[in-house]
Amino acid sequence: MWIGTLIYGFINSVILALIALGFNLTFGISGVANFAYGAFYILAGYGTWILINTLKIPFVAAIVLAILSTMLIGALLYRVVLLRIRGLVISEVIATFGIGLAILEFFRYLGFIGFEYTLPVFIDGSLSIFGTFVDYQRLLIVGIGCLLALFLWAFTHYTKIGLAFRGIAQEERTALSLGINTDWIAMLSVAFGAGLSALAAITILPLGTISVEGGYDILINALAVCIVGGLGSTGGVILASFLIGYAQMITSTYLGPHWIMIVSLVAILTILAVKPSGLFGKQKELEERI
Amino acid sequence: MHIRKERIDRGIKARTEDIFALSSGWDMLYLLAPRVVPILLLIILTFTVNPYWQKVLISAAIFALLALSWDLLACTGMVSLGQGLFFGMGAYLTGIMNHYFHWPLILTLPLSALFGGLISTLLLLPVLRLRGIYFSMITLVLPLMLVRIIEATRIFGGTEGISGLTPFGNRWIELYLSLGVAWIVLFGLRRLHTSDYGLILRGISDNDQSVMSAGINIYWYKAQALFIAGSIGAFAGAFMSHSYMFVGMPVFALDYSILPIASAVVGGMGTFAGPMLGAFILVPLSELLRGLGGLRIVIYALSLTIFIVALPEGIFHYIQRKYQQFERRVKVDRDS
Repeated sequence: MWIGTLIYGFINSVILALIALGFNLTFGISGVANFAYGAFYILAGYGTWILINTLKIPFVAAIVLAILSTMLIGALLYRVVLLRIRGLVISEVIATFGIGLAILEFFRYLGFIGFEYTLPVFIDGSLSIFGTFVDYQRLLIVGIGCLLALFLWAFTHYTKIGLAFRGIAQEERTALSLGINTDWIAMLSVAFGAGLSALAAITILPLGTISVEGGYDILINALAVCIVGGLGSTGGVILASFLIGYAQMITSTYLGPHWIMIVSLVAILTILAVKPSGLFGKQKELEERI
Repeated sequence: MHIRKERIDRGIKARTEDIFALSSGWDMLYLLAPRVVPILLLIILTFTVNPYWQKVLISAAIFALLALSWDLLACTGMVSLGQGLFFGMGAYLTGIMNHYFHWPLILTLPLSALFGGLISTLLLLPVLRLRGIYFSMITLVLPLMLVRIIEATRIFGGTEGISGLTPFGNRWIELYLSLGVAWIVLFGLRRLHTSDYGLILRGISDNDQSVMSAGINIYWYKAQALFIAGSIGAFAGAFMSHSYMFVGMPVFALDYSILPIASAVVGGMGTFAGPMLGAFILVPLSELLRGLGGLRIVIYALSLTIFIVALPEGIFHYIQRKYQQFERRVKVDRDS
């Protein structure tokens, strides 16, 4: 029993990390809290579904297409909307929240509700670890999550764009004076965040069905992990996803699945009330509380 | 020679917001008209429309109250993404008082406004220190969490809600109570805003540190603003649940959080009259669009985004500027 909780808790934690990495990337670099994140996730899910089932495009091509188009939409969101209100935090939040709401509710209006809306698993089958059956999809998620974390680390440390990302995260004006086009890099960060949300959607959604409510849950989970870990700190996000992941798994086992989202919400509330920069965040104290 | 548009402030507008130099009855009328004409129009409207549209007016007044309470918070530097918290708090309190204790309507409305404001303030008291986006996130999360808790613990009727609350009985009382309260709150808040007290609240939003260094306890003022806004929101919730005779999980729904923000942004933040105007535009509009079903919330959300990007000052600021200025075409030299 407890080995099962341990294994599934681990998988749940990796899922949370996958969900939160994109949100964290965007916020950590450009300082834009992308409240349309959950909507991008669901958009990528439904997009892939439409590509596979309506347009009959091969699976791999559909995945690539979905990720690229979500990135494009993210870039457009920055170019068309966010660029004009950059720095006005509240306007950013309201605008992205509005866009996210519009996307999600538009899918509800189109009638995308039901069990048939699910993505295919990459490889079918399952395997037994210490007497607990784990399907290949979940193992793949763990693999992809670990690879992605490594890739992001390498990307932000050893490539030119990655270094520019970190540059504008640290001090935007100085980065500008060193010849980094901050608007362009910030746009890329929003696009990359959207792309990561699409990647997360395509790997995680085969475990369940795609639903509009899922979009709100994804946003809350991403927020919970990022806030607990500290907005903008990648190491914190990974640790926080394990904290929340295991907390969710334990409450779900002992109290029932209704309580899963409450764990995230309570985590957000307590951390914001006690230490808003998160457990490992290095944000400026005065910007968040007085 | 070149024609250019020239704008001049009207003479009676003195330097401050609430002192005017009046010299004739016409000047008086000029000030009175924007305050009285909307009320008269609304009263005429209540007698000319059918009962269905009277209901729409009621719900416009309710959303106007929520938008006003949002605007008060925003003026104090607390941008809330969850007016549903106040709304739901008032609704559930009135539901509990009416259904479990069988208290009459005349008692439940003021009591749930009072205690709804109080409980919301107490809930948010630990996070009063938070600024900007961090406070917004808390307010976004709280109503969502309360819904999940009600769903998980099945208290207060759980997913079914509480139905069979006392209705108002007379639709004219219902209509004029909602409209009256909305206008009283509007004028009250506008008066409050120009007083010294309102100056402190505005100061907190502009620069909280300088208000602190003036020796003013900003947390106390923030808590008071929260209580006022919370009570207004809770009254709206209580009123709505008596009007629908039902309280349930939908009272914490996103509609009650997003529509007030949309009204305030469309109407013009920081003026109180703007959010009111916004609510009286958006709610009937959404009623006209009822045939579109779920598309309505898409339209709100998009209009919210468009306004905040393209016309962040809102309709009211625009109208106000036009009303208080002459515009005329003058000839100017090209080469100057």
